[in-house]
Amino acid sequence: MSVHRVMGIETEYGISVPGHPTMNAMVSSTHIVNAYAQEVIAAGRRKARWDYDLESPLRDARGFDMSRAEADPSQFTDDDLGLANVVLTNGARLYVDHAHPEYSAPEVTNPRDAALWDRAGVLVMERAAALASRNGSSPPINLYKNNTDNKGASYGTHENYLMRRQTPFADIVRHLIPFFITRQVFTGSGRLGIGQEGRSMRYQLSQRADFFEVEVGLETTLKRPIINTRDEPHADPEKYRRLHVIVGDANLCDVATYLKMGTTSLVLAMIEDGALDHVDLMPRKPVSEMHAVSHDTTLGHRVALADGRMLTAIEIQMQLCYLARKYCEEQAAGEIDEQTQDVLDRWSATLTDLSNDPMTCANRIDWVAKLALLEEYRSRDGLDWSAHRLQAIDLQYSDVRHDKGLASRLEARGRLDRLFTDTDVERAMTTPPDDTRAYFRGECLRRYPEQVAAASWDSVVFDIPGHESLLRVPTLEPLRGTREHVGALLDASPTPQDLIAALSVSA
Amino acid sequence: MSQRESAERRTTKPSDTEETTATRGEAAASADLDSDVDSILDEIDSVLEENAEDFVKSFVQKGGQ
Repeated sequence: MSVHRVMGIETEYGISVPGHPTMNAMVSSTHIVNAYAQEVIAAGRRKARWDYDLESPLRDARGFDMSRAEADPSQFTDDDLGLANVVLTNGARLYVDHAHPEYSAPEVTNPRDAALWDRAGVLVMERAAALASRNGSSPPINLYKNNTDNKGASYGTHENYLMRRQTPFADIVRHLIPFFITRQVFTGSGRLGIGQEGRSMRYQLSQRADFFEVEVGLETTLKRPIINTRDEPHADPEKYRRLHVIVGDANLCDVATYLKMGTTSLVLAMIEDGALDHVDLMPRKPVSEMHAVSHDTTLGHRVALADGRMLTAIEIQMQLCYLARKYCEEQAAGEIDEQTQDVLDRWSATLTDLSNDPMTCANRIDWVAKLALLEEYRSRDGLDWSAHRLQAIDLQYSDVRHDKGLASRLEARGRLDRLFTDTDVERAMTTPPDDTRAYFRGECLRRYPEQVAAASWDSVVFDIPGHESLLRVPTLEPLRGTREHVGALLDASPTPQDLIAALSVSA
Repeated sequence: MSQRESAERRTTKPSDTEETTATRGEAAASADLDSDVDSILDEIDSVLEENAEDFVKSFVQKGGQ
């Protein structure tokens, strides 16, 4: 048992065009994606489109399909034909989703890499926005790695975790609900505003919490559920489920992203192994408790459990953290891998620090870092919580520009801990992870840009001269197509024809 | 702390003055921290969107997932 599993993060960015408030967001988002595609991927070369053949966003993990007639049109993912949608050499997908530019990071095998390739996405967006204004196709566009406009709209930062298909979905629901409601104490990015429309100007832990209205469901755009049942594994559905987590905030702190992915992976491992079978932390009213935990920055709120106990979010997290450590120690017989040990240590240290004095986490947890800054402004300038300047700080904290984004400024000052160097992040903008099928996808795009017609999570489609039809190479197994698996094959294939011939022989 | 006191304190940089050197003692660490905070706020003042009210009001998004 460890933090290692196939995972990834997809982020919809907030978008605004200063001075042009009525500009259509689909149009401005398309400028962003096209600018990056044209100038960075390969000037004048073919842009690999997204291959939609295997998308099934209406498949439900509970075992039935929603008919398209019943579905809200915003749930479709394949009718946005014509909107920009490209695959990058780092294995990511960059596209327009529901009037936001979205960066879906490549699949990775561990939380550290998840945080790294997610962060590379911020750099992709910064670069894309700079290119869009430079090529004159649009007025300057600003992008924000946040989740709400504080006026009723929310857009997501989704985590994906590959799980064993045989794990009963009811177990996932029972154990993840209490975990998700309480992990906000370290995953929250902070928000000045209460309620979906930000009617009351008080500060809360999470950008997303107030937008959740039900416990379990398929929707992602309305009546958002704490547990999303979208069952679209992008992999062999007999073996795998992709758990699509929509409750998370967009994090700017490396450590927050890393802890979010690492701790969730550990809890999933315990669920898969039945290690939580005798644990019951289910709140009596999950949705209202989720809001209440987020609204209490003293972290003193007590969650009423179904069995009558009243526990704080930190107490619930400490219990899960303790169980995870104990379980890892038992399973690994003292040989816990380095990253799993690091996640366990940071998890427990952060919980202890939060319980002693949340402000001691201003170096690693977004909601605390932002709150510290807001309090410093309030104290210096005597500002009331309703001051527009404070709301501007809340928003600009997530600006993707390194010279304007306040998280970026705090980081440059050494106030936020970093897990990666600038070089690491720049490299991840163009280089795929070695140890998943993203390696094959990204390397095919880098090596054979003219002949890759399309790609998706589970395919790379070649257009080979002399072949009448397109050749589709399925990549249904996320842990194949790694450097170890296909690196030598790619090196020995100067052309895609060579690669196809070699794959046919080895298949 | 009043705005005025705060503004006066911001104009005094510990490294620039003899007084500060003379009073270095248990308050030094806290003064360093304060000046650090002040200089961060000064930097942020310089990058913050000029018209906060317009900036906040015009940030209107369409819902997403």
